Amino acid sequence: MDDIVKMIGLKNNCTFCGVFRRQALDRGAALLKVDKLVTGHNADDIAETVLLNILRGDIARLSRCTSITTGEDGPIPRCKPFKYTYEKEIVMYAYFKKLDYFSTECIYSPNAYRGFAREFIKDLERLRPRAILDIIKSGEDFRIATTTKMPEQGTCERCGYISSQKWCKACVLLEGLNRGLPKMGIGRPRGVNGDHKKETKKPGPAVKSIESKQCGSLDF
Amino acid sequence: MQLTLEFGGGLELLCDSIKIHKVNINLPNESDILTMKDLLSWVRTNLIKERPEMFMKGDTVRPGVLVLVNDCDWELSGQLDTTLEDKDVIVFISTLHGG
Repeated sequence: MDDIVKMIGLKNNCTFCGVFRRQALDRGAALLKVDKLVTGHNADDIAETVLLNILRGDIARLSRCTSITTGEDGPIPRCKPFKYTYEKEIVMYAYFKKLDYFSTECIYSPNAYRGFAREFIKDLERLRPRAILDIIKSGEDFRIATTTKMPEQGTCERCGYISSQKWCKACVLLEGLNRGLPKMGIGRPRGVNGDHKKETKKPGPAVKSIESKQCGSLDF
Repeated sequence: MQLTLEFGGGLELLCDSIKIHKVNINLPNESDILTMKDLLSWVRTNLIKERPEMFMKGDTVRPGVLVLVNDCDWELSGQLDTTLEDKDVIVFISTLHGG
């Protein structure tokens, strides 16, 4: 991860780490031929994710992120049994049972967007502890308008992993890293297919790429 | 007043990586009781060697830091107004980790 950050800088670290780790987890699980994958996401994590997806306008993820089990129709379903357990309860349990655990925070997390959602949630929890469970409940009750376009699940042309685009995110990111294009795969997709391979060759007199546009001046 | 302070969940890194501190605190002037509020400002001045914003926010601990006084959550004993007695054990655990 340190090598990746040397190349891409201190922004969007979570994208690379999260995408690669998830695929690694899935592929490792497939190699071991397990039937279920269970992660330790707790209530605070889920509430942060709900807020994060609202702030980003990520409707597809918003509709999926509160499900306690996902991928039931796939080969390896994943489940989050601690979905309703507060992080505070888990820490107290570990303390009283004298359980040993890693408490190191990722060194790149201070720059992460999730940090803002986390800070906000922690302040909310202090004022009204039920807020965390309420956010999760709201997330579960969201219904997406039928007119909203949702991505369809297919497979990656390059590696065969599941993907809603032509290439799965891991392949796009990997290609970007190998070609020395750290911004490939980062940011909002422009076309319907979100094909980023064309992004860096975009013509234009004053504006070279989407990143150099003034905030608020993009026309969609 | 003799107190034992423990730091966990990563907070020990702010105090020279020492998890347990046995300290002797003088009562503040004009008062014969020591509250958590007094203790916190004492800790910030004397024990926290770096990044104080990881431990405290304003007058109280940063949200996400658990405080146990004699193994009991301080929210049950009045948070900042909790009064401390000789030989009390206070534990600060950070619940913020991961990514």
